[in-house]
This record gives sequence, structure tokens and C-alpha cells, in this order.
Amino acid sequence: MEPSLTDQFLNTGVAKRIIPCLDVKDGRTVKGVNFVDLRDAGDPVELAWQYSKQDADELVFLDITATHEKRKTTIDMVKAVARNVNIPFTIGGGIHEIGDADILLNSGADKISINSAAVRNPGLIDELADAFGIQFVVVAIDTKYVDGKNYVHLNGGRIKTDILTEEWIKEAESRGAGEILLTSMDHDGTKNGFDCKLLRTVNQSLSIPIIASGGAGNQQHFVDVFLETQVDAALAASVFHYGEIRIPDLKGTLRAHGIEVR
Amino acid sequence: MIVIVDYGMGNLGSVQNMFKKVGADCRISSEIAEIDRADKILLPGVGAFDVAMKKIADAGMLEILNKKALEEKIPIMGICLGMQLLTNGSEEGKLPGLGWIPGYARHFKERIESHLRVPHMGWNTVKLQQRSAILGGFEQEEEIRYYFVHSYFVCVDDEHNSLMKTSYGIEFDSAIIKDNIIGAQFHPEKSHRFGMKLFKNFAAL
Repeated sequence: MEPSLTDQFLNTGVAKRIIPCLDVKDGRTVKGVNFVDLRDAGDPVELAWQYSKQDADELVFLDITATHEKRKTTIDMVKAVARNVNIPFTIGGGIHEIGDADILLNSGADKISINSAAVRNPGLIDELADAFGIQFVVVAIDTKYVDGKNYVHLNGGRIKTDILTEEWIKEAESRGAGEILLTSMDHDGTKNGFDCKLLRTVNQSLSIPIIASGGAGNQQHFVDVFLETQVDAALAASVFHYGEIRIPDLKGTLRAHGIEVR
Repeated sequence: MIVIVDYGMGNLGSVQNMFKKVGADCRISSEIAEIDRADKILLPGVGAFDVAMKKIADAGMLEILNKKALEEKIPIMGICLGMQLLTNGSEEGKLPGLGWIPGYARHFKERIESHLRVPHMGWNTVKLQQRSAILGGFEQEEEIRYYFVHSYFVCVDDEHNSLMKTSYGIEFDSAIIKDNIIGAQFHPEKSHRFGMKLFKNFAAL
């Protein structure tokens, strides 16, 4: 019997990744984090260490530092994370040109994520991929459903563009994105589950990994997104930060559903 | 003293820090004299095969590396591209590799089913192929996963040089060994506890 598409995607040998996402401002994590055994909940290094101990597969830090002058604190944070945490991590935010990415790479970041900057200057994806390899380049996309279509939104979802999400994903891939981090603004913050319908649609035409983001509320949502859409990774923030989902428990649940995890 | 050879490819800080974490004395260096004093060498590598071989040659390191590896026979570990450099060569380039472990690196594309993504990226399992001091304490582990990022895979000519195997559409040698020379295709410095364990064993060789 021919293996089904689902079987093929589930049995590549590579584990599905669980990725906690941390918002960082001026080198400190923001938004509440409610972890036991944490001396300083704002310290990104300590938080990253805790997550790696819990078997998170990767980490994403989104730098929401407003000013260029404060960028140095972010670089220092990246160095400290690289020194202390031995799982891969991605830095997003504040990357507008090759130089920004170069500093992050040399400070120890494994990948960088670009969002609005890539929409405003798509050539940036080509430049980054050429300079550092596609495995270094994550293109993050905020998408929202408007009048029957999915549109790319900028600045954390505040500004609508006329670009169709499916089209932009294809373009990002062809320009050299190594991964797509797709956040559904409609689902983000709702805790009603990932946008499986959208993820299924876009994943079919994609040959690079996709990270699902937005809407995680319970363990079943992760099971659903991996079984229904064949995405490679799922990202969430608050459910992990507040201890609503413990990563080892989540991995156990996924494993029980036949999903390959680490 | 472990010397992490800096020939201008990639960020070496994570490697150094993980050695520090396991209590090993280590330093990043591009100085021939310092490499000569090393009692263990780590050869990192990210990027393209020929660029790396050329940088090693341009830095005048070929001779000292050959001496340390083949005459002094100190423990040497190559990581990722650094492992591919230990072999005879790669489809990616034209320059010969260091040739310490007979084998060759080939590209995944065309050799695996098209639904499998390239680069091979993420946490994949390894199967141990032999007993060795570098794998001390691994035997009782049920499942060992490492973090991989690569588009070229190595197959050794002689199965005796296979230390670990991994499957991604095709089975390849994810770690290799010949006498004092070891290679790891994955990134131990990014592979949490199994990465630390491998570094700890290497430091204790």
C-alpha cells in the first residue's frame, strides 16, 4: 500500500519541534512569566535555560526594543544566551540589513527572523540567504483573514497590506527563506487552537519547513496542528510562560498520538 | 588544553562555552604555535567545503593539523562541515578534503524522495555502530537525538569508520571515527544533554 501523505510527513525521522517564544525589550523578557524555581523571571538567559531543561526544541526571541541605541543590550543578551543555552535559537526584530544579521550571527544566534523588513524590501531575503545560507533565514509572516482572503499584515498585525499571504509565502521561499513562521492574527491570543485550515493550505505548496503560531490553548491544539497540517514546528508563548502546558507533558501527549518528538 | 581551531568559518563561542560547561579547559585560536601545543583539537565549520579548505590552507594550518592528527595522534573532532573536511572530498567543491577518514560527502537532493526537505534540519535520531570511549555511557540510552543542519551527507568507504548512522530518506554516517579522529555531522553544541555528553567524553579522552 502506498504510504499516505500524513505518514510520509510524520515519519521523516526528524522530530516535530516545540518552540517557546519570548518577547524581549532592552535585553529583558517582557510579558508575565510564571515559572517556579526562577530567581529572575525577566532574565532571558535563565528562562532559556529553564526551557532547554524542559526539552524545548528551539527558542525564538522577539526583540521589541524600540530604539537603535538600545540595540547593544539585545546583542549582549544574544551572547549570554549563546554562552549558556545549548539548543538552537532564533532572534527576530530590528533586522533591516545584512549588518544587523551579521552581528547577531557572530554573537551566537542560530537563525534570524525577519518580518516587516522583508515585506518592505523583499531583496533582503535573497541577500541574507546568499550571505549566510537559507538555514539562517526565517521569514515571519503575520496574516489576517479579510473579506474571504488572507492578507499579510505589518507591525505586529496593525497595518494591512494588499499582499496575499499565500503569494508572499511562495515569494519568500523562492527568494531563499529557510523557514516560514506563520502567525494567524485571527487565532493569536484566542487560545482556540492553531489556524489549521490556513496552515494546511499553505503547507501543501511549500517545500521548506513551516512553524505554526497563534492560538495554542491546550495540548490537543498541538496534536491537531501536527496531525491535520503536517507543519514541522509549533510555537507558543503564554501557555508555556504561565505553566499551563508543561513541555514534557505535551511531548508525552504528542508521542501517544504517534507524533515523532524528541 | 582543547584548541578550537579558528580558520574564519562560523561562530565558535557556543562550542567553547559548552566545553566550559563540562569543565574542559579550552580556547579558540588561529595561532599555529597554540595549535601545536594543543592536546586535543576541535575543528568546527559552517559554510562551503572549498571555502573552508582554502581558508585552512591560506592560514598555513594544513601542515600542523596533519602533524597533530597523523603523527602525534591527539584526539581531533570535526563538527558539521568540520566532519566533512575529514574525508576525501565533497560534491560541493573541487578541493580535496583532509583525507584522514576515507569517505565522501554528497548532496541530499536527487538522492532522497522529493517530499523530504533539504537542508536536513532538526532533531533526528542516531544509531550507534560500535563501542568506543567517545560513546561511553550512551549504550543504555533508549533514543538519542541530535540537532542537524546540513545539505550534504557523508558516507565512509569502510564501515569500520562508521560511529553513528542516521536516516533521512537515505542512511548516512552521522558520526565517523578512525583511530584518534572523530567527526560529528550534527551540532553537539546545540544538542542539549547528548551534546554535552559527547563533549564530556571527548574532553576525557
